[in-house]
Amino acid sequence: MGRAIRELLENQPNLNRDRLIPILQEIQDENGYLSEEAIIVTAEFLKLPTSKIYGVATYYDQFRFEPRGKYHIRICRGTACHVEGSLNFLNELEKLLKIKSGQTSRDGLFSLDIVRCIGACGLAPVMDVNEEFYTGFSISDLSRIINTYRIKE
Amino acid sequence: MIVQNNDLKLKLRAFLNNATSVQQKTDIDLLSLILRERVEKPVIYLGTSTCGMVAGAGKTLQAINNYLTEKEINAEVVEVGCIGLCSVEPVLDVQLPGRARVSFQRVTADKVDYILDGVLNNELPAEDVFYQYPQTKSEPWPKVPFINQIPFFANQNRIVLKNCGIINPADIVEYIAGGGYRALVKTIRNYTSEKVCAIVEESGLKGRGGGGYPTGLKWKTTLMTADDDKFMICNADESDPGAFMDRALIEGDPHRVIEGIAIAAYAIGAGKAYIYIRAEYDLAFKRMKNALQQAYDFGVLGNNVMDSGVNVFISVRQGAGAFVCGEETALIASIEGRRGMPRNKPPYPAEHGLFEKPTVVNNVETLANIPSILDNGPQWFASIGTQSSKGTKVFAMSGKIKNTGLAEVSMGTSLRDLVFTIGGGIKKAKRFKALQIGGPSGSCMPESLLDTRVDYDELKLNGLMMGSGGIVVMDEDTCMIDIAKFFTDFLQKESCGKCIPCREGTKRILEILRHITMKPGDEKGHETLERFKGVMQLENLAGVIRDTSLCGLGRTAPNPVLSTLRWFRDEYEEHIFDRKCRAGICRELRTFSIDVEKCTGCTACYKKCPENAIVGSPRLPHFIIADKCIGCGICFDTCKFVAISVS
Repeated sequence: MGRAIRELLENQPNLNRDRLIPILQEIQDENGYLSEEAIIVTAEFLKLPTSKIYGVATYYDQFRFEPRGKYHIRICRGTACHVEGSLNFLNELEKLLKIKSGQTSRDGLFSLDIVRCIGACGLAPVMDVNEEFYTGFSISDLSRIINTYRIKE
Repeated sequence: MIVQNNDLKLKLRAFLNNATSVQQKTDIDLLSLILRERVEKPVIYLGTSTCGMVAGAGKTLQAINNYLTEKEINAEVVEVGCIGLCSVEPVLDVQLPGRARVSFQRVTADKVDYILDGVLNNELPAEDVFYQYPQTKSEPWPKVPFINQIPFFANQNRIVLKNCGIINPADIVEYIAGGGYRALVKTIRNYTSEKVCAIVEESGLKGRGGGGYPTGLKWKTTLMTADDDKFMICNADESDPGAFMDRALIEGDPHRVIEGIAIAAYAIGAGKAYIYIRAEYDLAFKRMKNALQQAYDFGVLGNNVMDSGVNVFISVRQGAGAFVCGEETALIASIEGRRGMPRNKPPYPAEHGLFEKPTVVNNVETLANIPSILDNGPQWFASIGTQSSKGTKVFAMSGKIKNTGLAEVSMGTSLRDLVFTIGGGIKKAKRFKALQIGGPSGSCMPESLLDTRVDYDELKLNGLMMGSGGIVVMDEDTCMIDIAKFFTDFLQKESCGKCIPCREGTKRILEILRHITMKPGDEKGHETLERFKGVMQLENLAGVIRDTSLCGLGRTAPNPVLSTLRWFRDEYEEHIFDRKCRAGICRELRTFSIDVEKCTGCTACYKKCPENAIVGSPRLPHFIIADKCIGCGICFDTCKFVAISVS
């Protein structure tokens, strides 16, 4: 993995501080998360302390420090979704998958994230599994949705 | 229609250069062909913005393509943005040669064959047809209402959203043919920077991102600050949950935003501009990148724009998911590659902004207004709206309202019109309870304030704020304490942690609210009194946070609590004294009981109860142990015999 990250960093137009977030985003796009190694290598290239980079990365919700599951579930917790009961859906998902949001299940199949509004409030509640969207579902639909992915394995 | 076609590009450049008059008949024909005023083969339009995709437009698109290949029909498929009525997505339009463009609602993949079969044979399937567009050059369909007869659209005044859902956002040619980039060319050829600032100031345009600061004034201050480098930033970090107009605009009409940014950059003397798009908006980011590339290729951006000697470069940055980055100094810090934390103002970004250079930060909707202001003149813009607020405002309506989606109304429209005429009233014939306006740190208002007009000053007078224009409607099934708790939880998590009142205070507010909605424990001692003391301190605490925080997030963080306390105090008292939640949302305050007569002893609830709070033997009535019950309601949902009641 280290080689790929080095290559990615070598191909940057410049290595100024303001490229830091785009670089971290590119690394996460490639690998699905930011590994310890990725942060160390980035620090080396940008000539910044690793603590600074870790500080920036942990500040933003987008960055993950655990690999993603094969099926990445994002559930919207925006206002409109909340009014439609998304807290219950989140609790149900956590129970079904036996993980908390931000975590990945032990078999690496599912990971769960909260997203602060996808911007499809008109269709709330909204969740997506690997960019396949589900809307207007009820709490009993959730186990069925999860099972369709379990069966695929 | 592709820009690579050099002949077309030359013609359109000539059209832009000589914008006012198109004399040659061939040119007029070309334009009407690009604008699809007349078509030579059937055209199928499908709304594929995020909201459309979420509703299933991806599958619909596939079904359309399959249908066309299977039946060997030669038709053009155009992906458009969002027309604004999210509740009827996916929206599919069909335009046959010589006939008006007609729209169908809720076209999921399974309906495609049926609808296309009908319409391509000149027969409209009655139940799915929605409206048609008034077009002078084509024959209208009988018995189909025109778009301006539908209440949702009839009461709007679409200036910013003019093209959204109508044109193909991925093609610069359509935007130019419809009059786009004319304002930019006119501006950089004929006006000085000072003049542009003066025009915008005269129009009375105020920032649409929430602050309501006069845009022209902001530009002028930056223009007057002497420096070699200046920056223009378009703030598309639309992080208010419940607001999605910026996303829809960028996805549906990106070139309007680009044109606005280019004019703004020229007006303040900036050579470089950034668009900061929120992390969650993947599609908007892709569409914007594509649109920028086309604008560079066409020559309306880059070095020497349209041979005028002016250089404008725009690059796009993706946010990384932090609510507070909507604040301008935090946004600047984020672009610089640091933690997005607000800093003290002054110095304002106008003097000391990105890379310590003078910088203007404007919201997407503000900038999208700019091209029409320069096109039609400041007087035209100032004639729309009220005495103190000019122009229009786009509102994103969601929650328990029938027509969810985006509506652009003139300033001065009442909120009641917005909710009941355009929004179509409350879903499922429930009663209106509250309206939340201004994003998470906005206010919840009761029905008595619904006649307030959309106007910066009038809203402020009633203790409300315009915010970015998100409106969430709540009905009688919503608990206001729960809403206050939700927003405080949100703001507490998104607080950057720099100011102690905001970081710690929001946490304490949340604690008090949790206490109010907690399961009644031992009622001995002074629990009730303590709870009420909590509420008394709540107001005091909220005041301290409001007065001592640095940025807008902290200063407005207590708003959800203060506004619900002000307008829905009886609900707080009910929670505190009577220990009940009238909406049945606060689960810990609910008590469940099993009706002995109805219970068959099937043990379904017994097996599902996560706390083992249900006892009983098979085929005998069960009981709930109240002390153990956490009020999750799983038993209630599980029971097939309606034996469990909730109070």
